[in-house]
Amino acid sequence: MTSPAAPSSFPSGLPSSPGAHVRAVHDDFHGDLLEVSMGPHHPSTHGVFRMIVTLDGERIVRLKPVFGYLHRNHEKLGEQTTYLASMPYTDRLDYLNSMTNNWAYAIAVEKLAGQAVPERAEYVRVILAELTRLLNHTCLAGFLLQDTGCSGTPLMYAFREREKILDLFESLSGSRMMCNFQRFGGCRLDPTPEWLAAVRQLVDGYGRFLDEFEALISGNEIVMARTQGTGVLTPALAISAGVTGPMLRATGVDYDLRKVDGYGVYPRFEFRVPLGAHGDTYDRYMIRILEMRESIQILRQALRDLPAGPILDPKAKNRGFRPKPGEAYGRIEGPKGEIGFYLISDGSPNPFRYRVRPPSFVNLTILEDMCLGQTVADAVIILGSIDIVLGEVDR
Amino acid sequence: MLGTGLLQGLAVTAKNLVGSFHDPERYVTMEYPEVKTKLPENYRNFPFLVHDDPKDPLGSLRCVACTICETECPPQCIYIVMDRDEKGKALKRPKVFDIDISVCMSCQICVEVCPFDAIKMDQHYEIAETNRFQGLLLSREQLSKSNAYYHQLHPTEAAAVDALLAEQKAKQAAAKAAKAAPAAKPPAPAAPAANPPPPPAPSAEAPKPPTPPAP
Repeated sequence: MTSPAAPSSFPSGLPSSPGAHVRAVHDDFHGDLLEVSMGPHHPSTHGVFRMIVTLDGERIVRLKPVFGYLHRNHEKLGEQTTYLASMPYTDRLDYLNSMTNNWAYAIAVEKLAGQAVPERAEYVRVILAELTRLLNHTCLAGFLLQDTGCSGTPLMYAFREREKILDLFESLSGSRMMCNFQRFGGCRLDPTPEWLAAVRQLVDGYGRFLDEFEALISGNEIVMARTQGTGVLTPALAISAGVTGPMLRATGVDYDLRKVDGYGVYPRFEFRVPLGAHGDTYDRYMIRILEMRESIQILRQALRDLPAGPILDPKAKNRGFRPKPGEAYGRIEGPKGEIGFYLISDGSPNPFRYRVRPPSFVNLTILEDMCLGQTVADAVIILGSIDIVLGEVDR
Repeated sequence: MLGTGLLQGLAVTAKNLVGSFHDPERYVTMEYPEVKTKLPENYRNFPFLVHDDPKDPLGSLRCVACTICETECPPQCIYIVMDRDEKGKALKRPKVFDIDISVCMSCQICVEVCPFDAIKMDQHYEIAETNRFQGLLLSREQLSKSNAYYHQLHPTEAAAVDALLAEQKAKQAAAKAAKAAPAAKPPAPAAPAANPPPPPAPSAEAPKPPTPPAP
């Protein structure tokens, strides 16, 4: 610290000198800091994402995320197409959760146009959203454990269940991942009794799968040693960075839009919001498992109470849809966090401004804070536990 | 005790290994080209055009080239040119109807916005092509498929569409008969008989002018 010559030994290109925890330049055996570029073509980055990691020995002293490789101009496209034509594009934001993306966008447009939604459609939306949550969290558990090094087995077990949900989505909406199912004022199609029976069957079997999955890995000592205390996120930092979803709840902050906003028919269901205590990677994994158990409870209640009636409001208009000038922000609790759409209408068939609030992107901003002082191998699982989909980060 | 979690996990793996040989639910592998999965009725991939008369697949297209699907298509993959006679009068059928299915994103919005039930979603997925440029650009000759084919793909939906079209046809026939009946009474002037639609339009607008001065 006292030596004025110390900063000169940093690799060039660093914006400022690293913190006091950097030993490389302070001890007698100092070497240079090493800059490693992870990605964009790296299997652990879940897509095309690049982390420029500065290492002091094995410890991370700086991490610079680089993204935008998958930028597709989503928001500008939304301003140049009609309101309806943006619906299939929202499927492609977070391609694991097309049903919840559709719902968030539909809520924003319904707010903008003052469109009512029939009760049956609200229930069907809840059923689809909770199925999506099961799908997303199951995938995440598989991916995260794959990142920790449990090669294959948990991922394959998770994908076996995911396949069943995708089959349900396919038989209802016609497409496995790009569902394009919600419409302004309801849903596109009415689920048949056979489909609902299939959902019931899946929901009844899902608890068994979770038990099996937990027996497989949750108590595994190696996984615990690897994930507990890794990538700790403090509640204060999570709140100030705007982190939402399971990431925030893993730090112990009780904030779930299903309870806070009570949108749709969620206030009618009884469910608990699981909270973490440590904010580490193991908590983030466990929160998802517990949320899936609560989702099963919500699905049971929604399937039991599903009312009869129209699925789409008869006054709903898809073609030639021109809301009055105004603005609206619609948000829901997506599986990854708060997914919101902000729209400004100027009375024309296209929105004047179309903005997405993507949970993956906002949750990714604290990556460096969680990785400082950890090893490169930890950075991989910390990134995995954030649960990002690059389609949504880059838009 | 340290290691119990590990052993418990190994027991689950062992159970699954044995199960994959005994549990019929777990026989999930399909020998793809020989065996194909049964597609759900709602499955969609790319659009096709419905024609009513199998003997005349191009002449009996339901499409009237209104270009609603062309304007609504999110990735703009449809291209339509209306057919016209020598005088330039619109013939209400497409001269060109191209869909570039390398651009199409299978969203089904063209199907939803079509007021004539002329465009529907196909389920044929083995569409690999060696021609990079024209291979996936389908013209109306390739897109035209019979109503029977549509029934085969989406039986419930097609039955509903047929019922709706029959109802519309009956309504149109009734309207025509009603129109023909008053037209038959004054047989001499041909011009008034051709004019019936215009008179209601001004009369509907007629009450409007008095209202603005009132307030």
